[in-house]
Amino acid sequence: MSARRIFAQPARYGAIAPYLWMVLFFLVPFGFVLKISLSQTAIAQPPYLPVFDFSEGWTAIKAAFAQLSADNFRLLISDSLYISSYLRSLAVAITSTLILLLIGYPIAYGMARLPQRWQAIAMMLVIVPFWTSFLIRIYAWINILQHDGLLNKILLALHLVSSPVVWLSTDTAMYLGIVYSYLPFMILPLYATLSKMDPSLLEAAADLGSSPRQAFWLVTFPLSLPGVGAGALLCFIPIVGEFVIPDLLAGSGSMMIGQTLWLEFFTNKDWPVAAAAAVALLVLLVPPLLLYDRLQRRTLEGGR
Amino acid sequence: MAQRVGRISPFNITALALGMAFLYLPIVILIIYSFNASRLVTVWGGWSLRWYHEFFNDRAMLDAAWMSLRVAAVSATIATLLGTLAAVGLVRGERFKGRALFSGMLYAPLVMPEVISGLSLLLLFVALNAERGFWTVTIAHTTLTMCFVTVVVQSRLASLDRSLEEAAMDLGCNPVQAFLRVTLPLILPAIAAGWMLAFTLSLDDVVIASFTTGPGSATLPIRIYSEVRLGVKPEINAICTMVIALIAVLIVIASLASKLSSSQGESAAPP
Amino acid sequence: MSRQSPEIDIAKIDTATPVAPAAAAAMPLLRIEGVSKKFGSFRAVDRLSLDIKAGEFFALLGPSGCGKTTLLRMLAGFETPDEGRILLGGRDIAPVLPHERPVNMMFQNYALFPHLSVRDNIAFGLKRAGMARAAIDTRVGEMVALVKLEGMEKRRPDQLSGGQKQRVALARSLARRPKVLLLDEPLAALDKKLRESTQLELMELQRRLGMTFIVVTHDQEEAMTMANRIGVMDAGRLEQVATPRDLYEAPASRWVAQFVGDVNLFDGEVTSREQRHLTIATGDGGAIVVAEPSQPVTETAVSVAIRPEKVKLSRHGPASDAGSSQAINRFEGVVTDVSYLGGSTVYKLKLDSGAVVRSSMANAARLDIDVLSAGQRVVAWFAPDDCVVLER
Repeated sequence: MSARRIFAQPARYGAIAPYLWMVLFFLVPFGFVLKISLSQTAIAQPPYLPVFDFSEGWTAIKAAFAQLSADNFRLLISDSLYISSYLRSLAVAITSTLILLLIGYPIAYGMARLPQRWQAIAMMLVIVPFWTSFLIRIYAWINILQHDGLLNKILLALHLVSSPVVWLSTDTAMYLGIVYSYLPFMILPLYATLSKMDPSLLEAAADLGSSPRQAFWLVTFPLSLPGVGAGALLCFIPIVGEFVIPDLLAGSGSMMIGQTLWLEFFTNKDWPVAAAAAVALLVLLVPPLLLYDRLQRRTLEGGR
Repeated sequence: MAQRVGRISPFNITALALGMAFLYLPIVILIIYSFNASRLVTVWGGWSLRWYHEFFNDRAMLDAAWMSLRVAAVSATIATLLGTLAAVGLVRGERFKGRALFSGMLYAPLVMPEVISGLSLLLLFVALNAERGFWTVTIAHTTLTMCFVTVVVQSRLASLDRSLEEAAMDLGCNPVQAFLRVTLPLILPAIAAGWMLAFTLSLDDVVIASFTTGPGSATLPIRIYSEVRLGVKPEINAICTMVIALIAVLIVIASLASKLSSSQGESAAPP
Repeated sequence: MSRQSPEIDIAKIDTATPVAPAAAAAMPLLRIEGVSKKFGSFRAVDRLSLDIKAGEFFALLGPSGCGKTTLLRMLAGFETPDEGRILLGGRDIAPVLPHERPVNMMFQNYALFPHLSVRDNIAFGLKRAGMARAAIDTRVGEMVALVKLEGMEKRRPDQLSGGQKQRVALARSLARRPKVLLLDEPLAALDKKLRESTQLELMELQRRLGMTFIVVTHDQEEAMTMANRIGVMDAGRLEQVATPRDLYEAPASRWVAQFVGDVNLFDGEVTSREQRHLTIATGDGGAIVVAEPSQPVTETAVSVAIRPEKVKLSRHGPASDAGSSQAINRFEGVVTDVSYLGGSTVYKLKLDSGAVVRSSMANAARLDIDVLSAGQRVVAWFAPDDCVVLER
């Protein structure tokens, strides 16, 4: 036994409550999603036929397994609406993540090179929007982007355009909204790695004959890759399932998977198909989630 | 000083300035327009508190705001309690069976698309035959926000010098006393920050609340969302400004609290 | 603020266990019996036994990773031995949790509670012991006076200098009047000047309180200055336990001879023994005469250790009146390197036999007219009594 173990026992007992909570409210619900994704649609409340009835015991369970159907998944594959929303989600997430990297990296880099005193302030400035309501910030953009909004007024006043440009309900507006909402998530992990970097490494690179540009690409950038990975995952995963931003800012032409799920659930009241879409989305996200889990454990638990 | 600044290129400064403007300008514009007297949101009609009056006479909005505040306060409190326990378990519990599952369950909701979390929780509540309303939303928000609390408290706890606890034991504390008398006071700022983060996240959520709430108990974001879908309304600007003001007050309190005990007890060097 | 009487009578601060000298001789205060501690497959402490008497100032000296801190942490109760027993006053304390042991520790980084004032840090352990308020105030006052921190009681640790923090940590660990005070590298965080004065203060304090101190250090000078006895550790084992003088003048092994101070080592074989002298033929063809040690040498393959300051050096050899016995080991060679160190100068010689020898000479006079320089031919000699024979 060691001092660490003396603390370990009570610490583990304390963790029982949150453990049970997460099993009940995070893990178990996925079982229900899976179960309902494999059942039939019904016009009822709730709008699905239960897969099995616990009160009837073993025979009911056997009967239930016989009833399971992959119909909902077959629908997902056969209907181009689902396939295209699936692909669009991926495309939007990848594009947004790349844009976020391109914008976030220079900002994080600039922050890391500020004098110590200013770094704390800059850090605060980046974190604060993360605390202010995300919905409100999207709404703020609608204010600016609408037909007679500020942006068009400025453009007209500067004679850059002759008539108001349609911004809302376009992909441009959606990307703007996504980048705006997720920028802090990209900047913070990048800043965390960049600010920890020893400045004497760059001096050593210069001493050994690198130009500032070479020093950046040969030293700074490779060393910041863990931050790039963290930031990219932190943005990519939730963007794939994003609902509010495309719903409010993008056109109604094509939907992302989150919107399809929402539509099936709230408008078409087809819970089994919505659940199947959720399962499909989750399957897509398993590899990045595992990667993210490893990264998170390494940063928070020192690589144990 | 001049030398340090000299190391920052104009490019760095520009990137920073543009980035900050991008982050803040929309919010500033929204706040200014909330004081616009004109009904047309795009025409400036002079300063006025008209839309604030409108909000305080809007019964449905007030109910939603009250519901949201209650949900946020209750869920943040439960989440802080559970999240702190989880963080202590992860940092001080060493290795135990099911640890990887535990940490996975705590980290995944941080990035999990909300539509999935919302749908899965709803299906659970339906299966349990729970009446949907205040408590289902509160439970859903607790589940999401306790993960954020865990991460905030965990990183503070991990940077805490372990010899402080050993010293407490050396001086006669049993492990629980050592935690309560030494560890807890030192991680209190992180716990407070965790509560406030949980509170604001709950106050902000549309998607999970939409899935888990029942008829007649809409939260403020749900109301705002349904109004926003129909277009910009000046009253919404006023509501948003008040929410921002509330959050700003919380942030100021949080930063003051953390300043009081910023880097106390941090281990000088990792072992 | 109510100040205690300005002059604290140290005689009134009793030690926790006034052990009668006779009893102390019979039973050591602390007995470590065959203690081992493994981390995975690594044996940090390996079947180690040691007795420490009441009132001793004992130093555990060794390179980093030798297990000295692990041993100290086992005494404090932060680690539990995998095997063996730790007896304190005859009672096995291995199963006793840290907070129930009559032992206190001063941590290397001090581990002062940052949220508590100096006063509350010192009072922390007393409150846990359930001491009355008034008694706590008195004791804290004594401790503050003892470490000369009057007027600092209300400060927080981050408002103190390094030296002041060290004193608070010391006062805090002394406040409970432990039977044994454990000090983990107590001076490592201080700069050199402060370290030297604090060494003397610690010794003075230990002498006045009559308490048993066990200090862990990697700094041999520190150990030699402060401790009555030193245990030199390597790879989880005690290589030698001795007074500072014996450790230096009579090292028990090649490893100890090399670890403590500087040494010249010659490997060789015993070729003859006569008149309490041994002749050892060294590998490079030379021969060294040494005094026969009190413990008979059983092996023929041995090493001869001679400290550099015992190797004399001059251009023409020993003066005629130095006596022939002094000059039995007489070699000629060339100076290859000269390092001036202030108080002394270290010369590196290459002997004609090929062996390399270091000699350290005190710079007794400010202006030395007969300075030796690199390239010069010199004579080096040393007495048989100054050599230590070690088994290889």
